[in-house]
Amino acid sequence: MTNIQGVVLAVAVVATMGASAQQRTAADGIAEYRKMLEDGNPAELSEAKGEALWKQKRGPKNASMEACDLGKGPGKVKGVFVELPRHFADTGKVQDLESRLLSCMSMLQGFDAAEIAKTPFGRGEQANIEGLVAWISAESRGLKFNLPQSHPEEKKMAELGKRAFFYRAGPYDFSCASCHGEAGKRIRLQDLPDLTQNPGDGIGFAAWPAYRVSSGDLWSMQRRLNDCYRQQRFPFPGYASDVTVALGTYMGVNAKGAVSIAPAIKR
Amino acid sequence: MQMKKTCVPRVAVTAGVFLLAGCASVAPAPDYNAEMAAMMKASFRDQGIAKVDRLQQDASNAECSAAEGKALSEARSRAIEVANLATVKLPVDGKFIGDWREGEKLAQNGRGMTWSDASAATTANGGNCYNCHQISKAEISYGTIGPSLYNYGKLRGVSDPASPVSKPIVEYTWGKLYNAKAYNACSGMPRFGHAGMLDEAQLKHLMALLLDPKSPVNQ
Repeated sequence: MTNIQGVVLAVAVVATMGASAQQRTAADGIAEYRKMLEDGNPAELSEAKGEALWKQKRGPKNASMEACDLGKGPGKVKGVFVELPRHFADTGKVQDLESRLLSCMSMLQGFDAAEIAKTPFGRGEQANIEGLVAWISAESRGLKFNLPQSHPEEKKMAELGKRAFFYRAGPYDFSCASCHGEAGKRIRLQDLPDLTQNPGDGIGFAAWPAYRVSSGDLWSMQRRLNDCYRQQRFPFPGYASDVTVALGTYMGVNAKGAVSIAPAIKR
Repeated sequence: MQMKKTCVPRVAVTAGVFLLAGCASVAPAPDYNAEMAAMMKASFRDQGIAKVDRLQQDASNAECSAAEGKALSEARSRAIEVANLATVKLPVDGKFIGDWREGEKLAQNGRGMTWSDASAATTANGGNCYNCHQISKAEISYGTIGPSLYNYGKLRGVSDPASPVSKPIVEYTWGKLYNAKAYNACSGMPRFGHAGMLDEAQLKHLMALLLDPKSPVNQ
């Protein structure tokens, strides 16, 4: 069964429910739909693309990414994802996967990091980063989150991330905590993970990057955070900006011990 | 250890008391308030109608943010509620109840105020109500961040919203929609009237959805 057929079936199942059992069966229908989606996750295509991109000589310096240090030494990819964001001595900064990839693309391949950061999601080099994050995260699938917190900058980013998480502003007075500060809540029928603690294996921070069925492409954590801020009615967070890395650090530290299923599949 | 290397020779050269003191105390604790302000300023930019001035917090948001999800003291909660209650403007014509059908449309509409919305005008905004609340029985796709509002008027004994006996609950409900922080200091609900997101006519339609005995909410 294709995903589209699955959606149609799930919607039909939900739509034909009797009023008495509506509540339970609506949730059941959605769970069934999600199960069907797991049969074939299109993120696999992004993973294959990402692996090829990692090894391919590209950019003004015609170099591959194979000398990129994602935290466990140059070229080491297995297990790095569940320990990011972390501090990097060469940049002197705490970096998440995407800000680190920007550094490597700039240092090794000669790409203009600022130009890539300005590029809309899904276009140009941003589309290539989607592939890279899909593959790199997949190389940590099944591992538990365990962010390092020994460097003072890593501790600082976790604290700043916590403050950013609770920072209420904008026309709606929303913060991240408005939706993700309590367990067992939902928006419409969408379950919301409580990100102030470990929400469980493969939930919340441990599920992104993910293939979005609704938009038909792979969303990185940066893109997920960007759309959260849009719906929070905030101004636009810069790609790989400090606030996004701080939030990643806070959520990643909170997710300690959670098993990563990234890249997951989402509605 | 790296710190010692850079510190010691400078102390030897200058014999500065302040430098020495600086070394002995290792790294000073970060000034998180300053770091946070600098980070937010550097991280965001204008996009469409969503400008960086939205990051400015009023006193209520600043205090509720700093609490990081914990309850404020009774006294501070009360002070915030009093300040917010003072912003509530009752309808100029004294009429509180509009058309529940229009209210239902607004409750369903989750649009407005994002950087991808073209206009911040009230006509472009929905109430976002079902995102967080159960309201009518017919709509099963509702959120649970806020309490259920099903049978809102009926449970409160409102059989005629225009009657004097209904006045306290009618005015409370108006105040809640206009500025939710007037009754709950760190409420998660947007301040629809106070923030200029919904106009008086729209608020009246939402009032009707909640309080009109003919509204599906009260069946």
